[in-house]
Amino acid sequence: MATLKNSLGLRASLLSLLIFAAILGLWQIATMPTAATGPAVDPEYAKLVGNAAATGTKSSMPTPADIAVTIWGHLTDPFYVRGSNDKGIGIQLAYSLGRVLLGFGLAALVAVPLGFLIGMSPLVYRALDPFIQILKPVSPLAWMPLALYTIKDSAISSIFVIFICSVWPMLINTAFGVASVRKEWLNVARTLEVGPFRTAFKVILPAAAPTIMTGMRISIGIAWLVIVAAEMLVGGTGIGYFVWNEWNNLSIANIVTAILLIGLVGLALDQGLARITKLVTYPE
Amino acid sequence: MFKDPFDPSILLGKGCSCGGNHAEADHARLTAAATPAGEEGRWNRVVDAAVLRAVFPVDAQRRQFLKTVGRATAMAAISSVLPLGLAREAFAQGGALEKKDLKVGFIPITCATPIIMAHPMGFYSKHGLNVEVVKTAGWAVIRDKSLAKEYDASHMLSPMPLAISLGVGSNPVPWTMPAVENINGQAITLAMKHKDKRNPKDWKGFRFAVPFDYSMHNYLLRYYVAEHGLDPDKDISIRSVPPPEMVANLRADNIDGYLGPDPFNQRAVYDGIGFIHLLTKELWDGHPCCAFTVSKEFATQNPNTYRALLKSIIDATAYAHKAENRKEIAKAIAPANYLNQPETVLEQILTGTYADGLGGVKKDPNRIDFDPFPWNQFAVWIMTQMKRWGQLKADVDYAKVASEVYLATDTAAMMKDMGLTPPDPSKKTIVVMGKPFDAAKPDDYIASFAIRRS
Repeated sequence: MATLKNSLGLRASLLSLLIFAAILGLWQIATMPTAATGPAVDPEYAKLVGNAAATGTKSSMPTPADIAVTIWGHLTDPFYVRGSNDKGIGIQLAYSLGRVLLGFGLAALVAVPLGFLIGMSPLVYRALDPFIQILKPVSPLAWMPLALYTIKDSAISSIFVIFICSVWPMLINTAFGVASVRKEWLNVARTLEVGPFRTAFKVILPAAAPTIMTGMRISIGIAWLVIVAAEMLVGGTGIGYFVWNEWNNLSIANIVTAILLIGLVGLALDQGLARITKLVTYPE
Repeated sequence: MFKDPFDPSILLGKGCSCGGNHAEADHARLTAAATPAGEEGRWNRVVDAAVLRAVFPVDAQRRQFLKTVGRATAMAAISSVLPLGLAREAFAQGGALEKKDLKVGFIPITCATPIIMAHPMGFYSKHGLNVEVVKTAGWAVIRDKSLAKEYDASHMLSPMPLAISLGVGSNPVPWTMPAVENINGQAITLAMKHKDKRNPKDWKGFRFAVPFDYSMHNYLLRYYVAEHGLDPDKDISIRSVPPPEMVANLRADNIDGYLGPDPFNQRAVYDGIGFIHLLTKELWDGHPCCAFTVSKEFATQNPNTYRALLKSIIDATAYAHKAENRKEIAKAIAPANYLNQPETVLEQILTGTYADGLGGVKKDPNRIDFDPFPWNQFAVWIMTQMKRWGQLKADVDYAKVASEVYLATDTAAMMKDMGLTPPDPSKKTIVVMGKPFDAAKPDDYIASFAIRRS
């Protein structure tokens, strides 16, 4: 059994590598610079335009090699500051992470106690349900103009947007987890004459913890998705601003670098919360 | 110092090089007595003079008025309707800066050249300011951040301060525009596949992009196609797209062309995606485009800072106006901290020797130019277009709004102080596609167009 499992893992990794190599290979072939076929242009004109335009074509996607060079450039110097609008990719990621963690933390502070309340009281659940159902599917970016208009501060507005997008999954999961704690356990607690606060912390919280953590995992995933878009809108700092700034320059290589890094950081956030979820999971 | 406009008998011809009505040799003796003592007195006189000239731009009328009522009465009459005290205060020389650390927002386009270059080239620090220039993602964001006071001053499109003051597209907030950033410098770029459709009559069904609804780009594109018989609301579609996305959209074939700001016209050529159909200079030579703006509140609360900031901008604009400095400027604003563009693209825009995208190299040194003077006639023209296309529905007192927002008087006084020669605010001829515009008859102008919404 163990050997089969190992060999399955090994084979899966091999397949992953193969797919990766195939993608890179296809990409390289597709973006190889073709020999100049267009009409010969005036050398004076050629000096004024990019290489592609000089041969009468459009500029093309960068090759994987170009991107590797760009990534290496960013990784070897991630924390430079060349003025307020040009900072290293490490600093930009730190700004984005800071915003996400702040917005997410605030959302957790609101959503978990409120979710508890909703989960424990069918009345509150029914009363708040319409609001939650209407607000939950709203794209968080739709809040942005309203936030900018009322809060009048773009930094706080983007944190608010993170807050509003991460609050719903946590709220709903907490309420669901609390509401579906097994009745027997609550009955045992009541039989033993445990006080309501003690019941909440010693019985309901541990029982609902895995569901709450799942909600948090969903939330942080959404928050990380949203921060990039929010920063592209508002600008200033952050990885979203970095993408926007390089888009300005039509620099695909830098954008691909940012995409890869955003993916890696998202993975790390998700795996971190998955670890914590494992810690609080219990066998039924 | 300056000619005294309160003296009805002063000679208008050339006298001393200082502009005074006396021989060069007598300058020191006469001005010592004539100039009020102290810096403040001098400034008060300059401001009063500028205001009087603004009220009576025609010399003969001013003289007639002064002869009839006398100097003191004239001053009192004018200060009863105009906040002269405030204007004097704003220009008071030598006051301490109320605020040294400022944030100025900009959009990364060559129109913002003076605002941007003033940072790396030290024009702000020369006037004692520590300015952080903040790159901003789009016009709506720069408007909201300015309204939210996150920025002390900002780069806007020249119609925006009018729109904000009038409450078109936002709540009305008094906004002022003491300086124009650039004149000319925009272009119509078309996708490569349209290189044989150079006549706008063939453009039916085209999808165009402009940077913002309240932009010279929008009004000029509408004007241009309407002159060729196309209704910009029916025969073509115009959508508002942030400039950096224009090239990407043109490449993806989502639009057929755009009337946009540089560097994105030249950038489309550089990347082989589009060609430059025409420069907006060919439609209206000397049209305004972008502006340096501050809220009225900021200007009144921080008069000394406001003056230092405006001086830095006028200083930078004057520097950018000189053709020999353009290459140096291109190098200064190309890095990622500012425009984030290849240097050769910026150099082509600023020097006017550029690749047109169809294999030719064109030379036009005035492709973009820099001139800070906020002519009130510009504002009136812009408002006529807002009315023409139905953005502005209510009746408007064109001249009043123009003079409240476009601070020609401030700029003129500042230019004089800096040793530059301000133009005569009444003498501005505007000719758009061969048709002259009379700022005194805006309603007749609107009515003269066949295609209009109002």
